[in-house]
Amino acid sequence: MSLAEPLAAAATAQRPARRGLSARLLRKPSAVAGLVLLSAILAMAALADVVYPLDPLDMVGTPFLWPGADPDFPLGTDMMGRDIASGVFHGARVSLLIGAVATLMSLVIGVGVGAVAGFFRGRADHLLMHVTELFQTIPPFLFAIVIVAILQPTMTTVVVAIGLTSWPSLARLVRAEVLRLRDGEMVQASIVLGLSDARIILTHVLPNVMAPIVVSASIMVASAILTESSLAFLGLGDPNIVSWGSMVGAGREVLRTDWYVATVPGLAIVAAVLALNLLGDGLNDALDPRQNRR
Amino acid sequence: MPVSPDQPPDQPLLAVEDLVVRYDTPHGVVHAVDGVSLTVGPGETFGLVGESGCGKSTLGRAILRLIEPASGRIHLDGEELSGKSRAALRPIRRKIQMVFQDPFGSLDPRWTVGQLLAEPLHVHGVGRRSERRERVADLLARVGLPTDAAQRHPHEFSGGQRQRIGIARALALSPKLVVCDEPVSALDVSVQAQILNLLADLQRDLGVAFLFISHDLSVVEHIADRVGVMYLGRIVETAPRAALWRRPLHPYTRALFDAVPDLDRPAAERRKPVALKGDMPSAFAPPGGCRFHTRCPLAVARCREESPPLRAIGDADHQVACHLVDAAPSN
Repeated sequence: MSLAEPLAAAATAQRPARRGLSARLLRKPSAVAGLVLLSAILAMAALADVVYPLDPLDMVGTPFLWPGADPDFPLGTDMMGRDIASGVFHGARVSLLIGAVATLMSLVIGVGVGAVAGFFRGRADHLLMHVTELFQTIPPFLFAIVIVAILQPTMTTVVVAIGLTSWPSLARLVRAEVLRLRDGEMVQASIVLGLSDARIILTHVLPNVMAPIVVSASIMVASAILTESSLAFLGLGDPNIVSWGSMVGAGREVLRTDWYVATVPGLAIVAAVLALNLLGDGLNDALDPRQNRR
Repeated sequence: MPVSPDQPPDQPLLAVEDLVVRYDTPHGVVHAVDGVSLTVGPGETFGLVGESGCGKSTLGRAILRLIEPASGRIHLDGEELSGKSRAALRPIRRKIQMVFQDPFGSLDPRWTVGQLLAEPLHVHGVGRRSERRERVADLLARVGLPTDAAQRHPHEFSGGQRQRIGIARALALSPKLVVCDEPVSALDVSVQAQILNLLADLQRDLGVAFLFISHDLSVVEHIADRVGVMYLGRIVETAPRAALWRRPLHPYTRALFDAVPDLDRPAAERRKPVALKGDMPSAFAPPGGCRFHTRCPLAVARCREESPPLRAIGDADHQVACHLVDAAPSN
């Protein structure tokens, strides 16, 4: 038995998913497209104040300028004479921020609930899964509407509403993965070695269920952006900030005559959601060890 | 049998008394371990054999409290393990470790071998960082792996090498007892012998005791000082290895021996093999009386009614649970 022994094919397939993740991601054209699109949106969000230093809610031009009609307003103006391009740039900021923070919140709740339920099983599992089921019986979007309607519609309440309603499916996913590992020899060995439960969960269990968590996180950001847009479309967004959803909502009234007012921010939403879904798909393939060898 | 000086030789390192493990399943209660008592002396290897499903792995895991026993007592080195909370058990775990069957499943694929070996030391606060690194190098050398193995991941090693890593990790805390649960049954036969020799060498050098669980009689014969034969959650016979191989008493033990092809002796000298009828009965509803009576070629009415206790036959070390042993022909 020497170390120079050729590695078994099976062993190579199970190599840690971390290694060469970016390389594998970049081999997939759809993932690259998602990354490029997402980078563009991130750049828009980052440069919003530089390119459009004025408040996007300011009336800066003639109302109902079609896209391309005036070079100062490449994407036109809405019925109040507000610059749509400025709104799209600043809206990217709001959408991404809300998407990221709400996802972070549901990640904390979902991973925490799932890990504790799956690892400790028994009574903790019963209790936590009943709570999870309770949340799942209420349609998440209606639940979000109720929360925002009861509290004032501000950026914080929208984030809380989305974060509070989107964790149950993640909790179930994490619980299932943790349950699978819990009975495995890795966790048993860790218990025998005298590791504390917290240490086992944090250093051995969660790192090994990272792949599905990362994949669903990217999809969750996309759906958080959609939920925020839907809330804003219904007028349940923060009235003091421009978001893509509120722009679509505002354009709704002039949809028959000046459809571009709703369509331009709508396309921005499509682009963001598409980018995140493509990225999530790419991550799913790149993190799945069974697909590495193709 | 090497005995550590601080321990009187008659004091067992591990004493299990009347251990019962039951599983509640949707289909009923499984009586996996049903009143097992055994002792393992310091530096001794106790081999536990039996068919798959007889409860030997469950017994091993219950001793480590990976499975909660329903009743019974476990004493390790004078301390009672049963009844202690999981947190209270943690410091005692330094004394009792485990080698798993699947060396890949038990090693976190994301960690390097060095990290895996240093982790128990770190958790139990053994040594400083530099001392722990030395200890890791020492452990790798002991199990016959090169020092640079510490920087590699488990998947870079073959099955036998991974089992060496598993053994090194089990020894990291200098335990007094290591429960080996089928440590070689996932390995090639040629590698099995290497691992068994390694375990024997480590025992000689370190004085560690093994509770060695296996379904393979030849493996147990190779390594065990004393052997317990398990059937359907109970120990039916226990004896020093030589005595058991010389004179197996329980009909089940003899059937097990007969199932191993004996190629050393010419056919004329071999005992007529007793082949067992059927499968082991379900542990959901174990038969009353002697659990083996449904398959025993010698069973009489008493075996169906009355459960035979373990009793010494001749030598106090040789115990058997069978009503008929005195009457049964010894060869």
